[in-house]
Amino acid sequence: MAIVDDYEDIPGTYVFNGKRCRDGYRLNKFCKTLDIEANREAFRNDPEGYIAQFKMSDEQLRCVRERDWLGMLHVGGNIYYTFKLAIFDRLTMQHVGGAMSQMDVEDFRKMMLEGGRTIDGNRSLKESGGTNNNSNNLPTRI
Amino acid sequence: MAKVVAGVGSSHIPALGAASDHNKQNEPYWQPVFEGFGPAREWIKDVAPDVVILIYNDHASAFSVELINTFVLGAADEYDPADEGYGPRQVPQLIGDSDFSSHLIESLVLDEFDMALANEMDVDHGCTVPLTVMFDKPDAWPCKVIPLCVNVIKYPQPTGNRCYNLGKALRKAIESYPEDIKVAVFGTGGMSHQLQGERAGLVNPEFDKNFMDKLQNDATELTKLNHTDYLRESGSEGIELIMWLIMRGALSDDAKESYRFYHVPVSNTGYGLICFDEPDAPHMQASG
Repeated sequence: MAIVDDYEDIPGTYVFNGKRCRDGYRLNKFCKTLDIEANREAFRNDPEGYIAQFKMSDEQLRCVRERDWLGMLHVGGNIYYTFKLAIFDRLTMQHVGGAMSQMDVEDFRKMMLEGGRTIDGNRSLKESGGTNNNSNNLPTRI
Repeated sequence: MAKVVAGVGSSHIPALGAASDHNKQNEPYWQPVFEGFGPAREWIKDVAPDVVILIYNDHASAFSVELINTFVLGAADEYDPADEGYGPRQVPQLIGDSDFSSHLIESLVLDEFDMALANEMDVDHGCTVPLTVMFDKPDAWPCKVIPLCVNVIKYPQPTGNRCYNLGKALRKAIESYPEDIKVAVFGTGGMSHQLQGERAGLVNPEFDKNFMDKLQNDATELTKLNHTDYLRESGSEGIELIMWLIMRGALSDDAKESYRFYHVPVSNTGYGLICFDEPDAPHMQASG
């Protein structure tokens, strides 16, 4: 049976498929370790020494160092894993959601209180004109 | 014999657990949400299940990227709340039922649903939040709990149709267990939400309402939604709703919706709660 990945035209969405799962393996594995207190402690005390263990790519290391939440998705990060790094930083899902959609956290919170990001205009790249509604800087999907 | 007496569909948003744990129920943001739980909490007291089979997804807590299973059934006698990075939730340990789990796994595998089996597994917010929603903050959970995990993180998730049919096989497995116990099935996750990417924050109340409307009488229509339909219309994490279809599949065709609540937003999500009665369940006879 042919596998149709017709989800690729959904704007601003990184489906965690086989390729992303492979690409992001080491990044996600690093993030996963942060759900053990002893590991959080080790990462807090020596961030560079800690991340060196995981053999991440240079770009993955940059994303981790700079907390580039959207960048992590480009290199195979999965939100449930990368969010463990956000929890480590005491950030909420609104902080990370805002960062990924290039919105200030307060604007993001306000958008959620007003009912969230609308589906209209955000179904497909065609519908969104290659961009993402409501997002301040209208980033295009890679 | 064991009997399916009720079903529940509920989102399992972690912030709900945190709001309960930190006693924020009466804050303006949370008050309407916890008020919405009230009737369901009263109802479940009448249902009084002996066992809840709780269908949810693990969020990189018990399982990781090393090994990704599509369906995992817990076979332990207890399950501890997982540390998701904040330290474990301070909620009671879950008491399982390993005899019943073993029976369910044997029945399901012989019925050609090849379940993975977990003899040890910590349970994260996906499992503990629906218990909070339904049972509030007891010293001990009022019934045994058997967790059933579904992969909804790694594409492709099982299809909605596969999930619905798993629910049917689960009903058969429950009904062939010789103990006289009352079983409720909880399908959790959803509703529409997207946590990731530039489209983060997406909520589609129309999709959610339609899903709830069809769950009682037109669930087979819902089984026709494919991955892209969910991803596109309900957000990348909205596909968790396939777990509600396992619950619906485990109920009879005659199951009746008895309560529904919907609220936007809870955290980044459209929150939905729906309760179903089996017409021949003891709590239905008692109330006439």
